[in-house]
Amino acid sequence: MRDVLVRGACVVGLSVSALAGGVSTAIAADEVNVYSYRQPFLVEPLFKAFTQETGIKVNVVHADQGLTERLQREGRNSPADVILTVDIGRLDEAKAADVTQAVESETLEANIPEHFRDPEGHWFGLTTRARIIFAAKDRVDPSQPINYEDLADPKWKGRICTRSGKHVYQIGLLASMIAHHGAEEAEKWLAGVKDNLARKPQGGDRQQAEAISQGVCDIALSNSYYYGHMLDNPEQKPWAEAVNVIFPNQDGRGTHVNISGVSLAKHAPNRENAVKLMEFLSSEQAQEIYAQRNYEYPVKPGVPLAELLRDLGEFKVDDLSLATVAEHREEAFRMVDRVGYDQ
Amino acid sequence: MTISASAPAAATGDRWRLASKANKWTAATAAVAAVAALPILAVIYLAVTPAAEIWQHLASTVLPAYSLNTALLSAGVGLGTAVIGVAAAWLVTMCRFPGVRWFEWALLLPLAMPAYVVAYVYTDLLEYAGPLQTLLRDVFGWSSARDYWFPDIRSLGGAIGVFTLVLYPYVYLLARAAFLEQCVCVLEVSRVLGRGAWGTFFAVALPLARPAIVVGIILVTMETLNDYGTVHYFAVQTFTVGIFDVWQHLGNAAGAAQLALVLLVVVMLLIFAERAARRGQRYHHATSRYSALTRLELKGRHAAAAVTVCVMPILLGFAVPVLVLLRYTLFHPHPGGFWSRFWVEAGNSMLVSGLAAVFAVLIGLFLAYGNRLHRGRALLIASRFACLGYAVPGAVLALGVIIPFAAFDNAVDAAMRDTFGISTGLLLSGTVAAIIFALTVRFLALSFGAIEAGLGRVTPVMEETARSLGHGPRSRLLRVHAPMIRGSVLTAAVLVFVDSMKELPMTLLLRPFNFETLATGVFQYASDERIEQAALPALAIVAAGVVPVILLSKMIARSRAGSGAAQPEAEATVTPDPRAAAPAA
Repeated sequence: MRDVLVRGACVVGLSVSALAGGVSTAIAADEVNVYSYRQPFLVEPLFKAFTQETGIKVNVVHADQGLTERLQREGRNSPADVILTVDIGRLDEAKAADVTQAVESETLEANIPEHFRDPEGHWFGLTTRARIIFAAKDRVDPSQPINYEDLADPKWKGRICTRSGKHVYQIGLLASMIAHHGAEEAEKWLAGVKDNLARKPQGGDRQQAEAISQGVCDIALSNSYYYGHMLDNPEQKPWAEAVNVIFPNQDGRGTHVNISGVSLAKHAPNRENAVKLMEFLSSEQAQEIYAQRNYEYPVKPGVPLAELLRDLGEFKVDDLSLATVAEHREEAFRMVDRVGYDQ
Repeated sequence: MTISASAPAAATGDRWRLASKANKWTAATAAVAAVAALPILAVIYLAVTPAAEIWQHLASTVLPAYSLNTALLSAGVGLGTAVIGVAAAWLVTMCRFPGVRWFEWALLLPLAMPAYVVAYVYTDLLEYAGPLQTLLRDVFGWSSARDYWFPDIRSLGGAIGVFTLVLYPYVYLLARAAFLEQCVCVLEVSRVLGRGAWGTFFAVALPLARPAIVVGIILVTMETLNDYGTVHYFAVQTFTVGIFDVWQHLGNAAGAAQLALVLLVVVMLLIFAERAARRGQRYHHATSRYSALTRLELKGRHAAAAVTVCVMPILLGFAVPVLVLLRYTLFHPHPGGFWSRFWVEAGNSMLVSGLAAVFAVLIGLFLAYGNRLHRGRALLIASRFACLGYAVPGAVLALGVIIPFAAFDNAVDAAMRDTFGISTGLLLSGTVAAIIFALTVRFLALSFGAIEAGLGRVTPVMEETARSLGHGPRSRLLRVHAPMIRGSVLTAAVLVFVDSMKELPMTLLLRPFNFETLATGVFQYASDERIEQAALPALAIVAAGVVPVILLSKMIARSRAGSGAAQPEAEATVTPDPRAAAPAA
């Protein structure tokens, strides 16, 4: 027994030291390290293309939360070079948490329109996505425009589905409502939408289209790219086919859009490679991958859209500054709790 | 025959030598407990760091609903697991009916199923587009969801069902061990005194097994409370959802830590309350004589009922999910590169889970034995404190690992820079070692509980005898205790291994670059609604857990003292002791 224990301890000790040694290769000439809130299957094609073009290997950690805290604690020894995330709120949060640094790059500034990047260079938008409305093909008149404000109209009682009111996409939209109408009006609106819900908020955006296809509800909110993703998936195709896509508020301020974006980590050990990756992500080639494979709208002007997005047509974008949206996020979150939207 | 524990006539010098050795053990035990307690301490530290005030907002809005949902969920799951676990354990231990030998071990199988996977599977089966509702619509000619009512799987009830199905094995495991341990004489006396079969069960057997069952329910409750994935998927607004709201949407990790600690304190209070209610009711085995169990032969209706009680949990908690996953795996093509990834993921999972099991057992053994050598209250409290990680949501505990590890790494780095001008960077943070440490700490409650209980059954006489023969603490542990509690050690290893294979949130946040396990693979595919590709890694998690689980069950069956097959050393039973295994208090 003693032998077994001693031998076991040796094996364990050896393997752990081997493991620790094996991964402490964060700083290498031809690598770049990414902390990503974006899912691997979304960003992998981009990284592959980057490696092919530059020979720089991309290392990724994907997590759905806590990477900001990890960066904070790792401090100046953090191996992270680049932070990839979605939503203005998270980009803003990383900047506020002091885990990013400013980048000055002519390429980035040329590729990305000014209103999609941080004036101080701490974050850069890479794609935009519109918060659109799905309407049942057979139950909602397609000729009639629908605005976000209309969702609180009692005529939709029991006919609306959304995901959790606290999801970043919903918070972003609500924050824009607060910015446009003031907190009081926005809260009334949110309560009105809640009263119209056909069921307790649940699932992702795609599940709302699914619910429409099942007759559970007639109207749903969704990010634009999900429409394309559903059409690409044989099991989800009927969901997309059951709905019409409506861009809200086309007769007024335009449809709410949010961004996915990238930041340079404050203590990036491979700074040069990191900036190369950021520039690559804003390049025509990468922007096209975003557009074609993920159905996101490229930020770089002139990049061709996926055919599907072209079919949906041009639309008017709400030009409310994203910084303003970010400012109202916390208020929006508290509002969702006050209204009891998810209950 | 009893030998009174007469102290060996050791010379004073010897005594002193032994005492000082024991002190070293005590110091070492305290040190190990302190290291294991680091993540919890870090969470407490995080909770007291200044941050935006959240309580007023939460208390005036969602907290009452969250608390109510959490209470209902815990109560429902506790009740469900207790009924299924105790009923099944009693039947397979005390009765004979068709298939009972098979049920004995098969009832443990759902232990290998991750709750989130079972949640995906049942959503898939029971949702509108699933086979059941489609069939109903075809049969009755309904055309949309508005034409009929069907219970929503994404609900509190659905969550209770899923948790009950995957967690009842904890109660079963402990209840069965307790029933196996019970002296038949007590039960016979009860029958002789005129109690019927049911009366004996409720008046004698159940109270005797109560401590074990309670520990099972406590483990179940802690697992339920620390879960986020399943309740989030089912859109059930629990306290844990509140913790993540505050963290994710307000960027307030300190507030999240405060909420997590409140949950922890509530769990501890519940454990205290139960112990207080039980105070004075101590049951000891009055005799060391065990006669073989005479199992009650069930026939006809009774046998059918017994079979149903045993088959249903296995069917719903294991067979159905596995079949659904198999169907996905077999009938959906896997894209290029899938297999090479799969093998890497499987290797990584086995590696971290295997090492976590080894470490959890070694540390559990060390802590439990250290407490045996030095029966001090402070040491015991420290050890149990170190085991509290089980009741904290995984992602929060992961923060508790990041904080001390990064602090250590940066301190070493700063010192090296100052003295030698070289940077050592991050030594522990973001390594596989961090994941293994986190898993070890999280599941220490399981291994410490099991081993402490095992040691508790080694009579002190053995200890004294070995001591009088000049064996020091280490020698006694290795030569006397370790062989005798082999079973408990294996139980601990199996539980930690299986739980580590399933663990997701800590691995997700702590992992190094490009490091995937089966669980992160499942998460990655499932979060893109590609359950067909999540199916194979999910099955692999289950498969890796099934073999050790079956092994465990066979050992328990052999463990009954007095049963013919028992080898002498197997007399120390293999299961966590009810009285000792409670992770807190």
